[in-house]
Order: sequence, then structure tokens, then C-alpha cells
Amino acid sequence: MSIIVNHVDFVYSEGTNTSQHALKDVNLQIKDGEFLGIIGHTGSGKSTLIQHLNGLLKPASGEIYYNGRDINDKDFSRKELRSKVGLVFQYPEYQLFETTIFEDVCFGPKNQGLAPKDAGLRAFEALRNVKLPKELYYQSPFELSGGQKRRVAIAGVLAMKPEVLILDEPTAGLDPQGRDEILEELARLHREQNMTIILVSHSMEDVAKYVDRLIVMDDGRVAYDGTPREVFKHYEELKKMGLSAPQVTYLMHDLKKRGFDVDEDATTVAEARDTILAYLGKSR
Amino acid sequence: MLRDITIGQYYQADSVIHELDPRVKLLGTFAYVISVFIFRNIPGFVLMTLFIGLCIKLSKVPFKYMVKGLKAIVFILLLTGVVNLFLTPGAPVFEWKFIAISKQGIYNTIYMMTRLTYLVIGTSLMTLTTTPTRLTDGMETGLGFLNKFKVPVHEIAMMMSIALRFIPILIEETDKIMKAQMARGADFESGNIIKKAKSMVPLLVPLFVSAWRRAGDLAMAMEARCYNGGEGRTRMKPLRYCRTDYIAYLIMLIYMALMIVLRVIF
Repeated sequence: MSIIVNHVDFVYSEGTNTSQHALKDVNLQIKDGEFLGIIGHTGSGKSTLIQHLNGLLKPASGEIYYNGRDINDKDFSRKELRSKVGLVFQYPEYQLFETTIFEDVCFGPKNQGLAPKDAGLRAFEALRNVKLPKELYYQSPFELSGGQKRRVAIAGVLAMKPEVLILDEPTAGLDPQGRDEILEELARLHREQNMTIILVSHSMEDVAKYVDRLIVMDDGRVAYDGTPREVFKHYEELKKMGLSAPQVTYLMHDLKKRGFDVDEDATTVAEARDTILAYLGKSR
Repeated sequence: MLRDITIGQYYQADSVIHELDPRVKLLGTFAYVISVFIFRNIPGFVLMTLFIGLCIKLSKVPFKYMVKGLKAIVFILLLTGVVNLFLTPGAPVFEWKFIAISKQGIYNTIYMMTRLTYLVIGTSLMTLTTTPTRLTDGMETGLGFLNKFKVPVHEIAMMMSIALRFIPILIEETDKIMKAQMARGADFESGNIIKKAKSMVPLLVPLFVSAWRRAGDLAMAMEARCYNGGEGRTRMKPLRYCRTDYIAYLIMLIYMALMIVLRVIF
């Protein structure tokens, strides 16, 4: 049970002077229950890659397998795939359209062929999961704040009960509190429902703190693939790709250079605190 | 899929046609459109084909790109063809039950379909080789004399340029909204016409909302930079005719004269 991306190539507007080779021979295996982060510079192919995973884009060459079956096979149901692999786009404005938030969240389950009552139950559950205040359920989605709109958009996909949840920059443009709340929510879904979560992000701090495995995309290729600790060891190469490591990584490397014997591969603030305290001979 | 719509888009290339003054291209396209409607015989057709073929060749826009633009009008093209073929009165050359095809009908079909095709190719050549800004600049300067008749030329040109500018943005946005809704299981392809129309709601509502928001933002940004219409505005790059423009006018004149001669003589 997994997603396998096998030698996938993709080109936008093939055969014109604006054509872009967006993915170049991408190979990946995503296991069930993973919390995967994808980072990369703008235009590195992250968004193109995730749109392949639920069949919105078709690879120019190569295959994508979901649970052992080629998703671009003629007899493979796209509809079924899309209810198993949920994708939340960066801008929630692109999907909100109903008169009430509740109705909007029902859209996905209804498309899956559920009866209105069952769809409603799913919607309530999803809205509770994203912690949207109850009194908003029957308001128009267009009157919400940016952060709330994003919660509704995530709920709209969660209501379909996907096995894999892909989110494209779910925290872009949110205040720190809203960002932490959404990420905590995702971590909880991952922990409690064993959902596979794929998080596309610009924020190194976010990915370092939450994901188990990190993929770095650069110019349509997978540049690095490993745990955040392993990937951020290459912080100098990342810089050349226009990316940075978490600020903590720089701090730890600087400390090491000045003769402090600390673990320079610490990627989160908590890890850094522990190793600094250990060096100072104190325990918490 | 939606990215493939080429009508109204600009194709960057370094060619004589790209560099022509937009006024020349506007008038040229106007003349060409007239010529498309006056040709009535093979020599006229040959001359028209040669003319547009030469223009496309000079413009360095791949022919494949032009044909792509035709895809959008295939339906209109076929409908016109069918209507003309079956509903033109005249002596029937083919009859089967209630279907009758007249000689005149066959002629009309051929003419109408060629005309539409050539019309779209010619006009899209203009938009492909001219940036929206230059196009509306040309319109504003070329039609400047209408100001004397109290026609708000600048305002109309500004609206046109904004509208043209937004075509690619809205296409891209439609594409994104479609994908976001498809990810939630929306189905835009199957079903009968009523079901299809209903399935458009999740697409059109977000598109409208975003178009309104963009319009508001743009108006605000223009206001913030003290835009208040055409009165007293000067240009960074004023339009000036140069030699190639005069040559282009001459070629156009000769072309039109020949087309009229061919129409009258044959």
C-alpha cells in the first residue's frame, strides 16, 4: 500500500516557445502513514508533482502507481483515486462556492455518491476536525478571514475521508498562531488516524518540526530525499538552490565553529535546546 | 487543456511583423478582413492565401500555434457549415427524403468555412504579434480624431487593454479552479446538457468572486497612482512611423487593389 512515482517526466505547453520541462525523471516511493514534506524553490516542480499524484496532470512519460495499480490506466477510476488521495490547493478561494460553509464542505462527499444525510455527518466531522467555531457553520464562506477560509477548504477535502492528504502551502499568508494550529491539526490526523500526509511548504521551520521525511526539489528533479536531519546537513548546497535550512541549523554550525561541542545537526528549537543544555552540563 | 487557447494571446518573437507600428497592423487586419469577405473565386483565394501565408512566415509564429487557435471555433465552424449546406435554397443536386443540398449550398458552405477560418487566423496573427498595450496604444492614436466627436477614445482603449490583459489571467484561474474542484470529485465532462450546466456552478462562482476582487484591486491601485483618465497624459514610447511601416502600407494598398480587381474582373 503506497504511492510509487516511476521515472516521471512532465512538460508544460509542449511544442511552443513557452514550454517548460517541469519534471525530469522523478522517482519516489511514499509509504502508508508517512508524514512527508516537499520543499523547493518557486518553479522547482513541487506543485506539478503533487498534481500528478491524484491524476490531475498526466505524465509525459513514466508511471504513477497507487497501491500497485497504474493510475493512468484506462480502467482505473479517477473518481475513486481522487477520493482516496485528497489535494488541498494553496488558495482556498479557488474552491469555495456554496451559500453556506456546511453546504460547501458537503460538496466532496456528495460527489462521492453519499446520501445527503451521510454527507452532512461527514461535513460536521471534518469541520470539527479543523476546529472551526460552530456558529460559523451556516454562514457564507466568502465572509470568512483568510485563515478560516483555509480551514474550510481543508475540511472540504477531509470530508471525503482520504487515505492520503496532500496540502500545497497550507500555511502561506497565515499569522503564526493560525499556522501552528493548522500544522498541529495535521500532526494529530497523522497520529490518530494514521493518514499519510504530504506537506508542500516554504517554511523550513515547519517541515523540520513536523515531517518524518523531506524531499527537496530543484529544477524538476529530486535533489535530496531523507529525514530533515540528513537533508539539512546539506545546508550549504541548499543555499545554492535558493533555499535555506532552519535558522537553528545555522546557529548550531556557528556554535560548533567557535568550539562549542554541540550536535550541529539539530533541526528544531527543542533539539537545539537539549544539545546546548547537555553541552553546558545541565539537564532540564 | 485550457492553456491551449491561443486567441488573444501574445507570442514573443523577434520579427518584422512584431516590430510594425500597431496602427499599421490594425488597419492591415481591417483591410484583410474586408478582403476575406469580398473574394469570390479561385484567383482571389490564391492571392489571399499567399498574403496571409507570407505574413505568418514573416512573423515567425509557428503555424501549429495558429491552428491551435482554430480549435476554439470548431463548433461554430461546423454549425455554419451544416446550416449553409442544408438550408440554402436552390436547385437540388442531391435529394434524400427531406434533405436537399443545392449547388448554391455547397458553394456557400465552402465560402463561409474558408472565410471564418481565414478570419480567425488573420485576427489571431495580429494579437499574437502585438502586445495588448501596443494594440490599444495604436487604437487610441489611430482613432484619436474621434475625440472631436466627443467619443471617449482613451477610456475605451483603457478598457480594451485591461480586458485583453485579463484573458490569460482568467484562463489560468479557470484552470486552477477546475483542478481544485476536480480534486473534490467534481465532474465537468460527463452527463447531459443540464447536468453539465449545473456542474459549472462550482466553477463560475469562484471565478466571478475572484474577477470582482481583481477588478476592485486594480481600480484601487490605479487610483493610488493618481490615474484620472487621458487628459494630459504623455507616453513613454510615443508611436512613430518608420520606413518599414510605409512599405507595409504600400503592400497593403497593392493587395487590396488586386483583391478588388480580381473580384470585379473574374
